Amino acid sequence: MRRVNENEPYMLHKIKFGVLSPHEIMKMSRVTVVRPDIYESDGTPVTGGLRDPHFGAIEPGERCPVCGNTREECPGHFGKIDLARPVIVPHYGETIYHILQSTCRVCGRILIPQKRAEYLLNLYDRLRDKWPRLAENLIAEVKKEASSATECPYCGARQFKIRFVKPFTYYEDKPEGETRLNPIDVRERLERTLDDDLRLLGIDPVKSRPEWMVITVLPVPPLSVRPSITLETGFRAEDDLTHALAEIVRQNERLKTFITSNAPETMIEDAWLTLQHVVSAYIDNELPNIYQLTHRRKRPLKTLAQRLKGKEGRLRGNLSGKRVNFSARTVISPDPLIGINEVGVPMEIAKILTVPLRVTPYNIEEARKYILNGPDKWPGATYVYKVRSGKKIDLRYFRNYKQLAESLEIGDIVERHLIDGDIVLFNRQPSLHRMSIMGHIVRVMPYKTFRLNLLVCPPYNADFDGDEMNLHVPRSYEAMVEAKELLLVQKHILTPRYGGPIIGGRQDYISGAYLLTVKTSLFTEDEVARILSRAGYEGGLPEPAIIKPRRMWTGKQLVSLFLPKDLNFKGKAKINAGTLKCDDEDCFHDSYIVVDNGKHLMGVLDKNAIGAEKPENLLHLIALEYGDEEARKLLDTLFKSFIRVLEMRGLTMALSDVDIPESAKDEIRKLTEEYKKRIEDMIKEYREGKLEPIPGRTLEESLELKIIQELQKLREEAGSIAVNNMDPFNDIFIMARTGARGGEVNITQMAAMLGQQTVRGRRITRGFRKRTLPHFREGDLSPEARGFVKGNFRDGLRPTEVFFHAAGGREGLVDTAVKTSQSGYMQRRLINALQDLVVSYDGTVRDTWGNIIQFKYGEDGVDPMVTHHGKPVNIDLIIDKVRGK
Amino acid sequence: MVNTNKVQLLQLPLAEVVEGLPSKSVKKIDKRILKHELVPEHRVLTLEEAAEVLGRLRVKPWQLPHISINDPVISLIGAKPGDIIEIKRKSPTAGETITYRVVVPY
Ligand SMILES: [Mg+2]
Ligand SMILES: [Zn+2]
Ligand SMILES: [Zn+2]
Ligand SMILES: [Zn+2]
Repeated sequence: MRRVNENEPYMLHKIKFGVLSPHEIMKMSRVTVVRPDIYESDGTPVTGGLRDPHFGAIEPGERCPVCGNTREECPGHFGKIDLARPVIVPHYGETIYHILQSTCRVCGRILIPQKRAEYLLNLYDRLRDKWPRLAENLIAEVKKEASSATECPYCGARQFKIRFVKPFTYYEDKPEGETRLNPIDVRERLERTLDDDLRLLGIDPVKSRPEWMVITVLPVPPLSVRPSITLETGFRAEDDLTHALAEIVRQNERLKTFITSNAPETMIEDAWLTLQHVVSAYIDNELPNIYQLTHRRKRPLKTLAQRLKGKEGRLRGNLSGKRVNFSARTVISPDPLIGINEVGVPMEIAKILTVPLRVTPYNIEEARKYILNGPDKWPGATYVYKVRSGKKIDLRYFRNYKQLAESLEIGDIVERHLIDGDIVLFNRQPSLHRMSIMGHIVRVMPYKTFRLNLLVCPPYNADFDGDEMNLHVPRSYEAMVEAKELLLVQKHILTPRYGGPIIGGRQDYISGAYLLTVKTSLFTEDEVARILSRAGYEGGLPEPAIIKPRRMWTGKQLVSLFLPKDLNFKGKAKINAGTLKCDDEDCFHDSYIVVDNGKHLMGVLDKNAIGAEKPENLLHLIALEYGDEEARKLLDTLFKSFIRVLEMRGLTMALSDVDIPESAKDEIRKLTEEYKKRIEDMIKEYREGKLEPIPGRTLEESLELKIIQELQKLREEAGSIAVNNMDPFNDIFIMARTGARGGEVNITQMAAMLGQQTVRGRRITRGFRKRTLPHFREGDLSPEARGFVKGNFRDGLRPTEVFFHAAGGREGLVDTAVKTSQSGYMQRRLINALQDLVVSYDGTVRDTWGNIIQFKYGEDGVDPMVTHHGKPVNIDLIIDKVRGK
Repeated sequence: MVNTNKVQLLQLPLAEVVEGLPSKSVKKIDKRILKHELVPEHRVLTLEEAAEVLGRLRVKPWQLPHISINDPVISLIGAKPGDIIEIKRKSPTAGETITYRVVVPY
């Protein structure tokens, strides 16, 4: 296609792939390679070698002998290797096999009678446009029909079965015995086929004559495809492709000399086969049943197919994904004082990442300031593009900033440092959902880590045990606006994944909220001031809840200061369980949350009110009803005061927190003995064959299941003994009850017992012959011999118990490793299938061709992001609203 | 690129196709499957209805999801390739939902 202007857009109508013909290969070839060595002893490239100058100019200043250009202009030119004997291209092996089977071994006609063949071809032509899938089926049928013929309908020759051994060997089953068809035989047969017959076999004879699939001449790509690199030592290292090609030339020349010197036929055959293997490996070095080409008998060479395949290959590594500029990566650390929309950027990074600033009359003074600061002082500039001369000035080398600032003109572009208020994209891998990349507002800070607000940890799934994150700078106004309007953190408080808030409190925020709002917490004026000032609160205080002896406020009063004035909310707190259970406002345990017209009247705030990934909580309601800005305000104010409360009070754990009285320990010991006795009896019953089996299970399985069940119960009971003997206001218990961290299981394991350790859901059985460890007798089925741990973390474990605990723990690690790789692959395939689908304006889901995938998005046309945990409307909420409460 | 020719239903040389291909032995299909609770209601649209549906969705017939002529329900209700089928099925999100499919001869 000829275009006047290189930048003029044009449309590709279609792309057709075919097989390169020997004629075409020769036409584009500028040099025939006949020598396997690359350099002469004096270091000049060998003429007729793989670095022949006719492959194109590569050295600076060199003129190409073919096109006369220097290396900047010369596109590189192909060469060729004339193969002494033809060779089969392994990837066409299957196609060749089908053709051999379907055509006559003598005359080359398709093995279908003339009349029928004509009819089928006509049918195929008409079918092809309207029903391509059907046309394909027709071809499959034709192949089946033709390959089952035993006699040629044209010349009457008898046909024999062909056997194909991947990737390039064919045998013909003649009556006198099986004989191998060498590539010359194959090529001759393919040459005899007729164009119309080939079309019936689904081959376009104009673009892809089948004999071209057996190559007689091999194209050699130009040096730009296989550049050599000069090592620091001065040695030249050639590309893998060059090495592979050199091996082809070597084998080809060897075959040639055998042929010209009339060597015995077996030797020629042998060299020919070697050539076939080497050419195959040049195309794909990972084919089964070939000799792999290697680099000095070690590393396999990366040949053509290896360049394209896989994650790092051309397609996935260079076309679907690319390296980018204007990005940064470093370790993340928390900063509870910055806003959820913000990100702390190290000064060092801010001085490297830049934003182009087009100079206008309104910002020219600002731009001058950046230039005067230069590239090393923040906020400065790194480059200036002069609009008039089109020159790019690098401020690292042009140090007369004063002159540059003075000569600054409207229309110039200043590459200025990243400054506070810029918007950037922030990302943490694995980027599994859209919240993995969000827009943040820059805050330039000292030190070397990215800082982020703890409330945005859940969407990124980030923690600070060494996690790193990426940052990208949008550099056009369109991109910046798009980032602000669509990607900003506050636009992602609600997630489309399950219709609830994904941003919200975790850990300290939850225990802090609890400690602020719990009934027993009262705050003096001084404390109130400290709490509210962290939230940036400006305004008056309500009447104190207590006046004498001192004026004191409840935490609920303080929370109410931040809630929307007409907010109504009802719901159970997380602590609403066990003895603190109640189902409505009639709650004496402060475990039922009531917010009435913006007044937090009762119920503590914990995970169920302010937690992340908890649908239908207080935060969710505010985000849905009042919008993301109101929710953001709450997260940037009230939530900060939760942390302040925690700082003032302190939250930690001591060994004494998991101490339980001796009486409780005795109780647990007794309980354990009881259970062990029961299990012993079961084992005895089992040995005597008296055990009642569970339907559908063997006797052994039934015993195991029953034992596991019993031990499960034991641990639960031991756990509740421990919990009941604990101070409900000790710090770890607060954490567990409010959902901040840990649960009953963790407390049980610390204070009471670890319980049964399992591998694949069963008691631990493997290890030594008929026993788990040498500490036990063979065939011992008792709990402690099969992974039951009665010790706890507080008192310590016995050696065998440590071993069992480690065995159970290992399984968890293996599981996570396996699960992540499997779900990663599934994710990839799903995304590949779904990435181009769009919900169009008529509500249908379509692909890029306009094909309909779904007639209404989700069948109900509802955006899950704005649902109440998947339900489009929450009737109870509406009823409450209508009734005015 | 979507071909923007005039709206037309697919017509095909089906008789010839069937003649050209070796016919598969057609198994007798039990009519009771139509009454099974997991088999949604299928209905062949009339030409007018089909034209209305295609016009409303602004699609060519082949841009609808396909259903094979070999589908047991399709063979039972006697639909031909090119026919447009209306399927009413239960939906966990919408209660009941209507979808359309074009019958294809493969
Ligand atoms: Mg981590
Ligand atoms: Zn455009
Ligand atoms: Zn050139
Ligand atoms: Zn013949």
